[in-house]
Amino acid sequence: MNTLSALLVRDIRLAMRVGGGAVIGVLFFLIVVTLIPFAIGPDLGLLARIGPAILWLGALLASLLALDRLIAADYEDGSLDLLLMARMPIEIVVAVKAFAHWLTTGLPLVVATPVLGLLLNLDPQATAAVALTLLVGTPALTFIGLIGAALAVALRRGGLLLAVLVLPLTIPVLIFGVAAANAAITGPMSFGAPFSILCALTLMSLVIGPVAAGAALRQGME
Amino acid sequence: MRLLATDLACIRGGREVFAGLSFTISAGQALVVLGPNGVGKSSLLRLLAGLVRRTGGNVILEGGDPELSVPEQAHYLGHQDSLKPALTVRENLNFWVQMLGAHAPSADSPSIDQALTTVGLGSIIDLPAGYLSAGQRRRLSIARLVTIKRPIWLLDEPTTALDTGSQAMLAQLMGEHLKDGGVLLAAAHGPIGLEAPAELRLGSTTQHTPGNGHL
Repeated sequence: MNTLSALLVRDIRLAMRVGGGAVIGVLFFLIVVTLIPFAIGPDLGLLARIGPAILWLGALLASLLALDRLIAADYEDGSLDLLLMARMPIEIVVAVKAFAHWLTTGLPLVVATPVLGLLLNLDPQATAAVALTLLVGTPALTFIGLIGAALAVALRRGGLLLAVLVLPLTIPVLIFGVAAANAAITGPMSFGAPFSILCALTLMSLVIGPVAAGAALRQGME
Repeated sequence: MRLLATDLACIRGGREVFAGLSFTISAGQALVVLGPNGVGKSSLLRLLAGLVRRTGGNVILEGGDPELSVPEQAHYLGHQDSLKPALTVRENLNFWVQMLGAHAPSADSPSIDQALTTVGLGSIIDLPAGYLSAGQRRRLSIARLVTIKRPIWLLDEPTTALDTGSQAMLAQLMGEHLKDGGVLLAAAHGPIGLEAPAELRLGSTTQHTPGNGHL
């Protein structure tokens, strides 16, 4: 337990100090969401209708932004070597790293959502629905991204490969996240069904992500 | 305690680096791996550390903890320092002690501040590691070996970037580790300050010359 909290604290501290993850991600989210009303024009009805989708897309792209460094930073300075030699399975190590990553990049996006909801003419209830789906859905984005981050390190490729690998896998999360938010706002579907599936997707990714990432890192040992 | 390696083979990038490599290191003994660049010294150390896949052979630590693998009982000092520039000297060392250390720290292992004083970083404990020189970064990595007790030391060219004073400090630490019954394997191009270590020469003809020191 001590070991895990040490890793969690270290990763959070790094994210805070290195002119960080959290602020940049939220700024990027803000810019993406702000650009869209400019592109579409001042049609308030349309904005309110596609608001949840825009927020979800923005969050998806913003969470992708920092994933590149999730494991690559430790690989480049040799820390990954030592993490592999710890008396702790690498699956748990990467799971803790992904959790720290979500706390510093995913959670700020959820917190920023109400502010951005104003820009998109969403009423408070709709904003709350989107924020709730993001709170449940962003861990799935991080843990699916974890697989891509580990593969990018194992294959010695960075950057764009990660986006190409990860984005297709996030489609189900995007579909059910937006569906749940829309159901809460406009109906007629019930909120429960898509939201439950979104929860299930997140739980699945929490299990599959670390195991797959661990396998990728072991496979990549050369 | 005895580190037994039998018939080790390593293939990297489709090329055979070495094969049929066997050696034994007893407690308190050091083995220096010699050979020209690219002959597989670093690969051998990384293989023992569990960081490169072993394509053949076996590594056993006789008398070690039966519940732990060999890499879990080894320290690896590679070319990279595993330090985060944004964390202070103490935070860096403290993290690795918590991450790599035993669940119940033994009473005789030095505290973090003691270890940092030993390697000559006692006065800059709260400086971010990003401001350290190459030699200071190396010394901070060496502090890790001292603070966490692990019986096997795998050192890849440990004297790189160290000044003469620090090299003497390292030699003394290696001597103490061997005196405590540890096992040491180092890749080097020149003397690293050990008294008559055994030598393993990698190259076209692999031969094992036992030294006449404290075997």
